Amino acid sequence: MSGTFTKAMARNVFYGGSVFFFLLFLALTFDTMQALPKTDNRHNLTSGAAAGKHIWETRNCIGCHTLLGEGAYYAPELGNVYTRRGPEFIKAWIQAMPTKTPGRRQMPQFHLTDKELDDLVEFFRYTAGINTQKWPPNIEG
Amino acid sequence: MKYPSQAVALPYFIAAIALFAGQVIFGLILGTQYVIGDFLFPEIPFNIARMVHTNLLIVWLLFGFMGAAYYLVPEEAETDLYSPLLAWVLFWVFLAAGVLTILGYLFVDYNTLATMTGNNLLATMGREFLEQPLLTKIGIVVVALAFLFNISMTMLRGRKTVINIVLLIGLWGLAIFFLFAFYNPTNLVMDKFYWWWVVHLWVEGVWELIMAALLAFVLIKVTGVDREVIEKWLYVIITLALVTGIVGTGHHYFWIGTPAYWQWWGSIFSALEPIPFFAMTVFAFNMVNRRRREHPNKVAVLWALGTAVMAFLGAGVWGFLHTLAPVNYYTHGSQITAAHGHLAFYGAYVMVVIAIISYAMPILRGRAANSQRAQVLEMWSFWIMTVSMVFITLFLTAAGILQVWLQRVSDTPMPFMMVQDQVALFYWLRVVAGVVFFTGLVTYVCSFFVKGESKPLIA
Repeated sequence: MSGTFTKAMARNVFYGGSVFFFLLFLALTFDTMQALPKTDNRHNLTSGAAAGKHIWETRNCIGCHTLLGEGAYYAPELGNVYTRRGPEFIKAWIQAMPTKTPGRRQMPQFHLTDKELDDLVEFFRYTAGINTQKWPPNIEG
Repeated sequence: MKYPSQAVALPYFIAAIALFAGQVIFGLILGTQYVIGDFLFPEIPFNIARMVHTNLLIVWLLFGFMGAAYYLVPEEAETDLYSPLLAWVLFWVFLAAGVLTILGYLFVDYNTLATMTGNNLLATMGREFLEQPLLTKIGIVVVALAFLFNISMTMLRGRKTVINIVLLIGLWGLAIFFLFAFYNPTNLVMDKFYWWWVVHLWVEGVWELIMAALLAFVLIKVTGVDREVIEKWLYVIITLALVTGIVGTGHHYFWIGTPAYWQWWGSIFSALEPIPFFAMTVFAFNMVNRRRREHPNKVAVLWALGTAVMAFLGAGVWGFLHTLAPVNYYTHGSQITAAHGHLAFYGAYVMVVIAIISYAMPILRGRAANSQRAQVLEMWSFWIMTVSMVFITLFLTAAGILQVWLQRVSDTPMPFMMVQDQVALFYWLRVVAGVVFFTGLVTYVCSFFVKGESKPLIA
């Protein structure tokens, strides 16, 4: 780089540029927070769904599955599982684990109570209602 | 070394390498579970092994960053470390916390662990990369703050070089953005939104400052190029990193319930994110070409050039591959993401930490550079690890393209598990490449034990 562009100029561009774009990011964040009630399905965020989220977290489901595309890629996407499989299938599936089929991927048995299973399904119902801009491309996730 | 207190970096580097080995072993377990689904089940289910794999990565990179700071900040500031004792205490605290957490993952049921450690008071666990119990998270904050106090005081006492300032901004940013790990709203969209303030603003934000500062330090040392030149480059690179990377967070806000306009902001800004990495590559080669001395530590130069190139490929090119919203619509949360994650972390952060270790470790052990034989062996480890990681990435990319095609693009989309069977060949090839990577890592560790005539240290 030539002598006309000095280190002091580079420093000023760094501080100025970083602060400007961080403020821009904060402005976008502020706007997003205003807009979220329209897309984040919060009116379906029942106490059951909240309890279900807690179960989702404390069993480390994200360690195998994705939820809205984020997580591990070892097991199916569950953001839309409520739509794909329906409540009864989900509960029966969780209770039937592990399949113990030799060589197949195994899901642990979490010994969830009926209430916990209902809460988890409620969480999936809430998740499936989030406006994800039509992602995933199809029902298979 | 110039200041005796820099020696505290040594245990940090050793711990980093040991935990790195643990990370890779769990990577092999995970890779095997991808093809032999019931491997080690139910003893180590996939979700536990994966948590160990990713958490070890974070912890050992933090050890590497801290060790690097303890080595570099006093040398740049031209003064001894403010408190070597504090650095030693923090080393044992952080190591104990890290090891206990990993043992907790492995030997205690995760739900029980959550209950035991206060997750019902403040639920923060069970989110990707932030799975640590509340106590561990608090421990991380305490250690980080005490560490930052120590090195900030060191810098304030001495010369405030650009490298020190940039490194400290990066490390302070790391600690500050980690605080969002404690914010876990019930609203999943908001949870995800601010989760990225830790994850993205770390790896595509402030960590890039740390990486650039470490690279600049090593380049000054091994090339002897004028500090003014290197520091100007450093400012330009980190400007590019933050100007593109901050709003580039938007590429994670395409499909998680956030407004559609993020598809524009995220696509445009993250499409520019390769630029700082490209600048880093040009910078590293330029400085080495304009070197004013032949440093005896050739392998440190190799790692420095290697990290610049591989960070550009892994973070830059492989990131760009799937960052535009119309592409990401199909690739989001597929093996393409895994491919990018592996090469980006290896190229940018693993390699830069090894570069500083490679430069500093011989000096910490009382010599300017290791013997020729030790360096050649370390160069072998460089090539084995780097080439096998490229192959891991290529195989995962192939698996990802096939997966996306069968499951998402096709007119008759196949279910997830059926698709996994279809791409199993690439998972097998990935395991093979993983085993080769592990041999590279063993080679790397062996290079520390090779005897031979080394260059004496002339201070």
